[in-house]
Amino acid sequence: MQIALFVACYNDTLFPQTGIAVTSVLERLGHTVTFPMQQTCCGQMHYNTGFHREAVPIVRRFVQTFADAEVVCVPSSSCVAMMREHYEMIAQAENDPAFLADVRALLPRIFELSELLVDRLGIEDVGASFPYSVAYHPSCHSVRVLHLGDKPTRLLRAVQGIHLIDIPNKEQCCGFGGTFAVKNADVSGAMLAEKQASILSTGAEVVTAVDNSCLMHIYGGLHRAGSTIRTLHLAEILASQESAQ
Amino acid sequence: MSIRVGKTSKAPDFPVAAKTALQNVQLRQNVHHAADVIRNKRALRVSETPDWQELRNAAHDIKAHTLAHLDHYLVDFERNCQNAGGTVHWARDADEANAIAIGLIQQYGGDEVIKVKTMTSDEIQMNPALQAAGITPHETDLADMIVQLGEDEPSHIVVPALHKNRFEIRDIFCKKMALSNLTAEPEALANAARQYLRDRFLHVKIGISGANFAIAETGSVCVVESEGNGRMCVTLPEVLITLIGIEKIIPSFQDLEVFLQLLPRSATGERMNPYNSLWAGVHAGDGPKAFHVILLDNGRTKLMHSEMERETLDCIRCGACLNACPVYRETGGHAYGSIYSGPIGAILSPQLNSLEYSRSLPYASSLCGACYEVCPVKINIPEILIHLRGRVVHDDQKTLSGTLSQMNLAMKGAALVFGSRRRYEAAQRLGRMGQMLFQHNGQLEHLPGMAGGWTRFRDLRPLPKQSFRDWWKAREAAKPATESETR
Repeated sequence: MQIALFVACYNDTLFPQTGIAVTSVLERLGHTVTFPMQQTCCGQMHYNTGFHREAVPIVRRFVQTFADAEVVCVPSSSCVAMMREHYEMIAQAENDPAFLADVRALLPRIFELSELLVDRLGIEDVGASFPYSVAYHPSCHSVRVLHLGDKPTRLLRAVQGIHLIDIPNKEQCCGFGGTFAVKNADVSGAMLAEKQASILSTGAEVVTAVDNSCLMHIYGGLHRAGSTIRTLHLAEILASQESAQ
Repeated sequence: MSIRVGKTSKAPDFPVAAKTALQNVQLRQNVHHAADVIRNKRALRVSETPDWQELRNAAHDIKAHTLAHLDHYLVDFERNCQNAGGTVHWARDADEANAIAIGLIQQYGGDEVIKVKTMTSDEIQMNPALQAAGITPHETDLADMIVQLGEDEPSHIVVPALHKNRFEIRDIFCKKMALSNLTAEPEALANAARQYLRDRFLHVKIGISGANFAIAETGSVCVVESEGNGRMCVTLPEVLITLIGIEKIIPSFQDLEVFLQLLPRSATGERMNPYNSLWAGVHAGDGPKAFHVILLDNGRTKLMHSEMERETLDCIRCGACLNACPVYRETGGHAYGSIYSGPIGAILSPQLNSLEYSRSLPYASSLCGACYEVCPVKINIPEILIHLRGRVVHDDQKTLSGTLSQMNLAMKGAALVFGSRRRYEAAQRLGRMGQMLFQHNGQLEHLPGMAGGWTRFRDLRPLPKQSFRDWWKAREAAKPATESETR
């Protein structure tokens, strides 16, 4: 299958290894990955902060860039949540039937990474090996908007050598929330402190999620506190071939 | 019009108020504990209700239908309430409602009232208005009484004194009831409250209540509660005045079937409330001799024109969104600057009142969606928060200070960057160069301006030398060579 990768602006800029890992997993499974160079952002940051007018051209750009894709893979659940929750509404508000039609035609072909693997490609064991104890953080949008359920953990359980640990009160927000983290830094910091304590209580060596945004937040807190727990996107664990000595 | 929503117009911005609340360790412990207890009980009750999602859908539909035809149902309620012997008054705003209540109390010759279910009366600041007219209000719901005696503000929609633990309550009781040897055992506290309240139940002649539901079909009013103090308030006095927000109307008696399953489970994690009072009008020899209803608008009709905003009025005040909210969990209710706190407060206060008084409230959320997940009437709170943020930004951009704000400039700049591949790639390069000024031990630990909000609590890895697209370009460039080698 020809899979177009929307890597997400912050992954492109801050977490290139996630995009590299997605490419590696999909190619290992025999698929062709393309990366349309015109892509930038999904528009979520602007839209969720209330800059609705400014989000429109960004959304249009995304829709144009991926209009011809057979399947779009997005290793970021909150970007997919933005698309599924708001793109139709935005196109409707624009009163542009062609734009709306394009949005409606594209949406069913957009998949978050674990959805693509489990639902669309019907695979759980991607041939990975990762000999570490791992705590999975179910990010808010992956749980409450995309309803990913156990898709990410089914993929993780199939990884050789992994020891998967549950985080207490795992579905509670880590406090990131996009611009919330700077607009309400104190509250966000308090939420992070609670999440950090839950993660530390697991004794895991690695925290993973389907969103690098949450992981960036969690990493920031853990590193500031002197912890050496690593944060890795799900794709990077699925790409890993590291075996126990 | 004098629309008033508690003390919102004088409240500090949420981030400022939250900072103060976060420093109160005792408060945060109390809130964590109470929210956890109610949240877990709710989850248990929901798990044993197999048709929970159908109930939520039904409630959502009933509310949407009622609000779309509210003019019709309000007039139905008025007629049926008056046919049963009640009197209905209409109040456009806080001042009108308070004036009606004070007029009635003076007409019946009282200078004291007992009150229950008084959140709506707190919304219109009825107690200060009564006191200014020489009338003494006595709150009789235990938690409201604690708040009143403690000269405090409610911090939760259902559990107004949730921020106080029993030791703090003991201290309030000792001081205000002139008790010296009261222990902090729940039984002892309940006993002290009972003796204090019984006296008032027996001698005060006028009661003021709120309502959970008002039924158009029968003109009845429904109050659900845990203590029985509400039952006392609505049955013992000679005169009962019930203040009802116009959104509390439901069409028929049968609709209660849906709401009385959803409300107690969502609010307190109970299958049924211990006391469910339902009455219509007056009945000779039974209950109050006179019954007055004040139907209150106070900003509610402003929400009617927009389907999305109107959904806010579906709220049945169960407080489940507060208990589920990770923001409320850290700050408690006072930081919201309104009688309505938590996620529902963040959308209700700015809409009832003018948005200008509560500009920071729509941003008091990480948009995690926990509120929407537990809402028994399926109010899409995150969506409404985003909608209100849009209104805030739209208003801001009309002013010079808003246009020149750091956030506006950053967002405008980012929109420009995301609008072209060339600018986007240039911005990536610029970021890699610019960050060198702030790197320390391989991390970004102190960033300037808005980004400083990040580095106050968290480190940040610097931008890597190669973006994903640079890696991709390099790989594509290398491909023909690799292919020719293998050939």
